[in-house]
Amino acid sequence: MSTETAPAPGPKMETRGLTISYGQKVAVKGVSLGLPGREVTALIGPSGCGKSTFLRALNRMNELIPGASFTGEILLDGRDVYGGHLDAVELRRRVGMVFQKSNPFPKSIAENVAYGLRVGGTSDKHEIAERVERSLRDAALWDEVKDRLHESALGLSGGQQQRLCIARALAVEPEVVLMDEPASALDPIATAKIEDLIHELKAKYTIVIVTHNMQQAARVSDQTAFFYMGEIVEVGATEQIFTNPQERRTEDYVTGKFG
Amino acid sequence: MLGRGMSVHTDKAYEAELRALRERLLEMGGRVEQAIAASVRAIAERDSALAEQVKAKDREINRMEVEIDGMCRRILALRQPAASDLRFITTALKIVTDLERMGDLAVNVADRALDLNQAPPLGPIHELSKIADLAEAQLKKALDAFVTGDVEKAEEVMRGDDLIDALYLKIFNDMLVRMMEDSKTIRRATSTMFAAKHLERFGDHATNLAEMVIYMVRGQDVRHPKSRVREEEPDL
Repeated sequence: MSTETAPAPGPKMETRGLTISYGQKVAVKGVSLGLPGREVTALIGPSGCGKSTFLRALNRMNELIPGASFTGEILLDGRDVYGGHLDAVELRRRVGMVFQKSNPFPKSIAENVAYGLRVGGTSDKHEIAERVERSLRDAALWDEVKDRLHESALGLSGGQQQRLCIARALAVEPEVVLMDEPASALDPIATAKIEDLIHELKAKYTIVIVTHNMQQAARVSDQTAFFYMGEIVEVGATEQIFTNPQERRTEDYVTGKFG
Repeated sequence: MLGRGMSVHTDKAYEAELRALRERLLEMGGRVEQAIAASVRAIAERDSALAEQVKAKDREINRMEVEIDGMCRRILALRQPAASDLRFITTALKIVTDLERMGDLAVNVADRALDLNQAPPLGPIHELSKIADLAEAQLKKALDAFVTGDVEKAEEVMRGDDLIDALYLKIFNDMLVRMMEDSKTIRRATSTMFAAKHLERFGDHATNLAEMVIYMVRGQDVRHPKSRVREEEPDL
């Protein structure tokens, strides 16, 4: 149970000296990064650079991986997410996640979105119906599914399923939405719809997106962090990263000179 | 690119396209250098045949502008260049326009040669040769700066424009004096003024080139400093 507090000054989420290991292997090394509120931060970098591991740390998903450990701090509104004022379930409500491969439950469309609400204790039918509609609207899916809310979610296209997963995450009223390669399995039009959705969502939510598609990072994000071998090489305004990066390695990566 | 280091694009076809673009730009620059040198020689040596050659060869310079623009557009569409590559392509698009204008200015000078050769020479005009030498040198230096990514050299070009401007004014005033002393010189004096003006404009274009080189290397747009609002400029 969390109490409402005024938003702390500073970034919505922040890591300080975050080091994450899987057993002996260090995947993320001393990363300090601010994630500004109501902005989109993109994490880019080659495979294995630690960006997904970093993302998962933000809502304590790494805990579910045996052998994973970390040092350093992860802050939400200036408070340590391990600080005891927040349990993991509540954290994951406030900091939601959307995955590369959409994973709708084998239930109806409406039930997918309502599930988190029910599990969270909401039972009033009208409230559930209203929040389901609002979430589906926020995820730009309502018009496509409003006449078939009780049909199976598995009947939706890939792009629609992904937007359903976003609606599901939004239903529990998060503050931060983490996205791990949300469009990599989608065709260009579905991808464009997701990107358009991200643009709309940032008015209300803080978004962190991992993508291996640099042009996507360039299109959707306000701030871009370039990860390489577990460290942040450079972070800055997206426009600057893609027109005039300061670090040679960033320049080489965004221009395709990485061998 | 630009001799800044050994890293090359993983996609060799892309690397080759960028190299081809750079070579074509330099080739165009070389042709413009030759054109201005020939047009000035056409005046100094009263060689109308040479002037006609300059005019004929301008067609090739114009063709190259179209070709290079096409190469740039292709790379933009197919490669989505970023960072230094993006700055290189957008610089190339601008440089090509300046070079084509410089080619036209060489043609204009050649036209002055044809005109001046219709009548007896006005007498040696040292400043005309001097302004021509300076203008040619400015282009050469700007192109060198482009090849090696030499910001200091580009800044030298920018500083060197004042001298050309001053020389032009001197020629202008000298010609005015001549025309006032002897009205039979009016046609030749005005032709000479125009030639000097074309060379002064040639020098301005070399300065534009240098400004673009600075942008390409540093990501700093240094154009029109006096027109900027007095606040922190974001460097893109």
